[in-house]
Amino acid sequence: MIAEAGHFALVLALGLALIQSVVPIIGARWNDGALMNVARSTALVQLLFVGASFFALATLYVVSDFSVLNVFQNSHSLKPMIYKITGVWGNHEGSMLLWVTILALFGGLVAAFGNNLPLTLRAHVLAVQGWIATAFYLFILLTSNPFTRIASPPMEGRDLNPVLQDIGLAVHPPMLYLGYVGFSIAFSFAVAALIEGRIDAAWARWVRPWTLVAWIFLTLGIAMGSYWAYYELGWGGWWFWDPVENASLMPWLAGTALLHSSVVMEKRNALKVWTILLAILTFSLSLLGTFLVRSGVLTSVHAFATDPTRGIFILLILCTFIGGSLTLFVWRASALKQGGLFAPVSREGALVLNNLFLTTACATVFVGTLYPLALEVITGNRISVGAPFFNLTFAPLFVPLLIAVPFGPLLAWKRGDLLGASQRLVAAGVGSVIAVAVLWAWAWGGSTFAPLAIGLAVFVILGALSDLAERISLFRASLPVSLRRAKGLPRSAWGTVFAHAGLGVALIGIVCETTWNTEYIASMKTNDVARVGGYSLTFEGTTQQQRSNYREDIARFTVSRNGQPIAVMTPSKRNFTTRAASTTEAALLTRGASQLYISLGDASADGSIAVRIYHKPMVLLIWFGPVLMAFGGVLSLSDRRLRVGAPKPAKAARRALQPAE
Amino acid sequence: MTRKQRRLTMIGGALVVLGIAAALVLNALRDSIVFFSTPMMVSEKHIQPGQRFRLGGLVQTGSLVRGDNLAVAFKVSDGSATLPVAYTGILPDLFREGQGVVAEGALDGSGVFQADTVLAKHDETYMPKEVADALKKQGHWKDDYGAQAGAAEASGKQEVSQ
Repeated sequence: MIAEAGHFALVLALGLALIQSVVPIIGARWNDGALMNVARSTALVQLLFVGASFFALATLYVVSDFSVLNVFQNSHSLKPMIYKITGVWGNHEGSMLLWVTILALFGGLVAAFGNNLPLTLRAHVLAVQGWIATAFYLFILLTSNPFTRIASPPMEGRDLNPVLQDIGLAVHPPMLYLGYVGFSIAFSFAVAALIEGRIDAAWARWVRPWTLVAWIFLTLGIAMGSYWAYYELGWGGWWFWDPVENASLMPWLAGTALLHSSVVMEKRNALKVWTILLAILTFSLSLLGTFLVRSGVLTSVHAFATDPTRGIFILLILCTFIGGSLTLFVWRASALKQGGLFAPVSREGALVLNNLFLTTACATVFVGTLYPLALEVITGNRISVGAPFFNLTFAPLFVPLLIAVPFGPLLAWKRGDLLGASQRLVAAGVGSVIAVAVLWAWAWGGSTFAPLAIGLAVFVILGALSDLAERISLFRASLPVSLRRAKGLPRSAWGTVFAHAGLGVALIGIVCETTWNTEYIASMKTNDVARVGGYSLTFEGTTQQQRSNYREDIARFTVSRNGQPIAVMTPSKRNFTTRAASTTEAALLTRGASQLYISLGDASADGSIAVRIYHKPMVLLIWFGPVLMAFGGVLSLSDRRLRVGAPKPAKAARRALQPAE
Repeated sequence: MTRKQRRLTMIGGALVVLGIAAALVLNALRDSIVFFSTPMMVSEKHIQPGQRFRLGGLVQTGSLVRGDNLAVAFKVSDGSATLPVAYTGILPDLFREGQGVVAEGALDGSGVFQADTVLAKHDETYMPKEVADALKKQGHWKDDYGAQAGAAEASGKQEVSQ
């Protein structure tokens, strides 16, 4: 009954999406306010129905109704409750339902809080959202219905893939989808602007908060996924340049560029056409990511069951939306009026440079990800493009970008003073040279590259702080004055400082981890001692425990430093009976920002066990950096200036937000 | 500067960056891509010792030998040919005899594939996609493979519980 209700709610949502796709457009043509306002109600009711549908599937998982195929294939009655719930999106059908639920959520938010938008713009935006929603509802209902029943229901389910039975699944996919799908708003605004043939600074002010929200979630989602892979897969790696990871990195790069170019558009009314193109590309890359992951053209931990009809269906959606929007772009972009002028050396110029490098880096990732697919189709040869490719292409493009980052915020709009900006960055430059010199002396004879890279990261961090010091006149005015200025500084300026500093912090983590990571792999017997990174680890034997749906072999290690025991680490191996699969649960010991990492291999008959121990210096900075970036994003989002267009009572906004013409 | 000059400066700069990126990509594509082969293709193509490639196939049942210090040796088969593989390190959780595997490395002088990475990523049918495709192409794909995988699962269970 619940399954049928969920299915029916989804069909109703499709009907509403169809209405939302057509009626508001007609309303805008006829200039009929009532018809245009239909979009608002359909978007809200659609959210209600999709939400109900998602809730129905979640309920089926919670009560372990194995007469539903999807629940049977991915759940088990003994599974802990949290994994019953997260299991809803730990499979193809459920994760697509989550995708459309989030899409409806964003549509609903625009409908609910978009009162200050011009009526036609809101109608068009919601109509485009309706097109996307229609395509994906059809996809779910025709090829991946999560509510299919089984004729003779089995007694027990087949359990969720053990690798996915982890708290990471509760956080990573929803975050990532909030990011992916959040960019659909920027896309809809861009297409709406092309349809209307009109775009202005106010448009950028409406789009920016939505882009920022999506960007924050995508940043956190990628970081979370990386940390999950790090501790769950047991290889101690945190980024594999796996096609699926690249699929999430590409929209992030394009989205970051969009965030910066929309600043130029908002402040200076320039780069309009480019911003529109970026908005289209960013969501197109999100769709491409969905295609790569869901169609099964790529093998990876993320590919669930593969089915060619689904692949073709998603490819069709992909071609329609990307092809359609780009055609519309080519056709209508010339109608948009050009905006403000600026010198090459200026804040705008710096942001253009940022966009140039980000999109080029994104293009290299695109080539590296899709080249193997293209080559296979054309020549039949199978190749793999791995980390060496990306280290040779992506990394060199990021170096000039990082050098430029501290300069950007110090340049004035319209015409900047490069010499002045350099003078203000002298302290940061000196700091980074000192860092390089110290590291060089410390790591004498080691890597020459690492100290330079860390010097660059220090430059980025100090550069962000210099910008802050400059703005609050630190050391030039008295401390109370500086503090007052700091308080009065717009939150978006603080956001920039945090986001840029986060970039440097992440880089330090990446360089330290890859350069000074030590690895110890051996077969250990009871009371054997391993010495890794200044720590001694004594293996004390294994014990066995039976848990709800798996059996766990737990190894015990005592960690000591300079003869003093400091901790006990218990890595384990879990054997899941239902799927006859095992997973490795690594043990982590955090010391400052560094970590000790133990993961287990196979046990042999004589009682010894294969062990992999890593010491990873500064590894936590890799994820702390993105968290700082996201925090910067949140600060920027809370800026008063940006709240225009974000949730806000309509009264005050109405006067300020007449379409700026 | 006039509007036109400014625009030309921007376009020129963009072209320079794109050109550098294209050069980097082409250079990297020449040096750092790795081809995929099955044991059959290895014998047909006469791949030189020392050239890196990815070897894919099924781990031959009964061929896994564990040596000292985590050294392992096993044979990879695609139904028509087999190739001995040597590896030192911890095999992934999903590595099983009779199931699909992809190893990366190079042949040594004596014709043994010295692997430095062993991947046993697979989907629910316990078969890497590239391996399944290669087997299908050579006509060695059996429709009852699912049943075999079930049997292999059972033996895997025994192995772990010892």
